[in-house]
Amino acid sequence: MKFAVIVFPGSNCDRDMYHAVKEVLGEEAELVWYENSNLADYDGILLPGGFSYGDYLRSGAVAATSTVIQQVVEHAAKGKPVLGVCNGFQVLTEAGLLPGALMRNEKLSFMCHQEDIVVDNNQTMFTTNYLQGEVVRFPIAHGEGNYFCDEETLANLKTNNQIVFTYKDNPNGSVANIAGIINKEGNVLGMMPHPERAVESLLGSDDGVKLFQSIIQNWREAYDVASV
Amino acid sequence: MRNVTVYITLKQGVLDPQGKAIQESLNSLGYDEVKDARVGKYLELQVEDGPNLEERVKVMCDKLLANPVIEDYRFDVEEAVRS
Repeated sequence: MKFAVIVFPGSNCDRDMYHAVKEVLGEEAELVWYENSNLADYDGILLPGGFSYGDYLRSGAVAATSTVIQQVVEHAAKGKPVLGVCNGFQVLTEAGLLPGALMRNEKLSFMCHQEDIVVDNNQTMFTTNYLQGEVVRFPIAHGEGNYFCDEETLANLKTNNQIVFTYKDNPNGSVANIAGIINKEGNVLGMMPHPERAVESLLGSDDGVKLFQSIIQNWREAYDVASV
Repeated sequence: MRNVTVYITLKQGVLDPQGKAIQESLNSLGYDEVKDARVGKYLELQVEDGPNLEERVKVMCDKLLANPVIEDYRFDVEEAVRS
């Protein structure tokens, strides 16, 4: 499976993401600069964390207008996997690929520590290797991770099982403890916690490995039966 | 040329922790009469005059300047004063 890690000016988790899929999972991966990109040859798109465009205007807002995001929209429409982590999640909401918005943390401070995260839906292409209700440890590192949506949107998220990850102890004020959601079609996941920073037990947790394994296995089953 | 002034505020009902902190600071300075504070954004755009200017500014707000999920906006359009 071949991944593109999209790099914007101000991305800073791009190499962690690349390291996770390339060195830990052993798949093909390339860092793709946002300007001269052609995503046609990639199977999976990874939008990393960071502060694209310095969080000017709103976090993710400027990156969401870039031409590479138009390509991500086309890629997503084909049912291919798109994962946005932290700033990547913010970009996905700003681009309209996921509902809701990420606001300033309730207590205003930037938070950077490990959190207990509950797998609320293990029936997605990103989470089949987890148990339903499994509690995993991922680092969070954000100042604007407070997920907000109106009540109607929240009801839809619940009805369609789009809430994939929740915080056990909500650190930032997110509606319904939401840490990660998926689109209705089930191929675009956005989450504030960092699975790519939880791929080696030496560094505190390897609970993120199963997320990437899930993507790879499900993709192989769907598209690449011959190489299994 | 037109001067377009855009005011962006958080929707009522959306928590504004920054506004809350500012309100509490004003209260702690003795301004007990301040019962609420909301923080927003103020933008000045210089826009060439043309057809559908107001409609186009509205689309700019919806597409980029404001996030309709959490923010409201309004804008004024004025003739630019030549300097």
